[in-house]
Amino acid sequence: MEVISFVALAAGLIIGLGAIGACIGIGIMGSKYLESAARQPELMNELQTKMFLLAGLIDAAFIIGTGIALWFATANPFLGQIANLPK
Amino acid sequence: MAAESDVAEHGMTAGEYIVHHLTFLQNKTPNNVVDFSVLNFDSMFWSIVLGVVGCFFMWKAARKATAGVPGRFQAAVEILVEMVESQAKGIVHNATSRKFVSPLALTVFVWIILMNTMDLLPVDLIPAIWAKIFTAAGHDPHHAFMRVVPTADLSISMGLSISVLLICLFYNVKIKGVGGWSHELVTAPFGTSKNPILAVIMGVLNLAMQIIEFIAKTVSHGMRLFGNMYAGELIFLLIALMGGAVSATGTGIGLAIGHIIAGSAWAIFHILIIVLQAFVFMMLTLVYVGQAHDAH
Repeated sequence: MEVISFVALAAGLIIGLGAIGACIGIGIMGSKYLESAARQPELMNELQTKMFLLAGLIDAAFIIGTGIALWFATANPFLGQIANLPK
Repeated sequence: MAAESDVAEHGMTAGEYIVHHLTFLQNKTPNNVVDFSVLNFDSMFWSIVLGVVGCFFMWKAARKATAGVPGRFQAAVEILVEMVESQAKGIVHNATSRKFVSPLALTVFVWIILMNTMDLLPVDLIPAIWAKIFTAAGHDPHHAFMRVVPTADLSISMGLSISVLLICLFYNVKIKGVGGWSHELVTAPFGTSKNPILAVIMGVLNLAMQIIEFIAKTVSHGMRLFGNMYAGELIFLLIALMGGAVSATGTGIGLAIGHIIAGSAWAIFHILIIVLQAFVFMMLTLVYVGQAHDAH
């Protein structure tokens, strides 16, 4: 029982903390992009490509974390380890 | 055995449904996380089929290409090729290498988009068809495993990123020569020293940094694509469970509506992720190959 509740908490923390980081990162990058596009509109297309590239990079760690957390939540691998423990 | 007949009578639990959908059609179960004797037939089949489909359509566009007014399909392919070519020009500053690297980037882009797009098919469509075929061939339907998104298989995405690593190593040797590259391995990124003892220490440090850099680049390259597609597939499965609960119990109209809304919303958002991750993978391929051309 303890393992299940701890893994549930861990899954929440993985998703939540990852989301905080990714959202702050995307927010800062988006604001800087808008600022620089307002300063130099002729660079907008070039900057947009780079912004999407960076959005993919920033999102990746968060999405990987979400995937792992969902894996823990649906098919908990630690329960199998407990079953194999010597009694 | 009792558990299996239980499943047959009462349908699957949520956990069993997800585990069933996340099991590959493979020759044997892997002993641990890294097991090179395991073959995932479903990932291999779909990736090869999609690779052939992509090549066929690109070849068709190239064969029918006219210098006159292009058709819609030719125009679309031209936009794609020009986009990749202009990105390659900005990153890889070597015209001879670009003859190989631009088509490579285009292939990676088209192939990964096609493999990722398999995620947009209903999650149960192809597995259900496969289960019918598998049962008709006289096997147990509980072992009819089929995963249709090849990039949600770590073997495929890491295979792609390791191929990119090999190409980077090849270009390091080709551009800088064996001597030049070995010199760079022990002098970059921290520099070296005139004092021979210090120079050896710095050399070991630099070499360690370079090795860590190559490993980190390759692992994050493959894991990024895999993580995005795996998480996306899992969320589609969880959404499908909402609809599954309705059909199993016959109650809960709210869940059915939630399934449709959540499924459409995630599918629309997923279109962005599909293209974005293919684009990121292509750009990073170009960046890594471009780094192999930079002399320090």
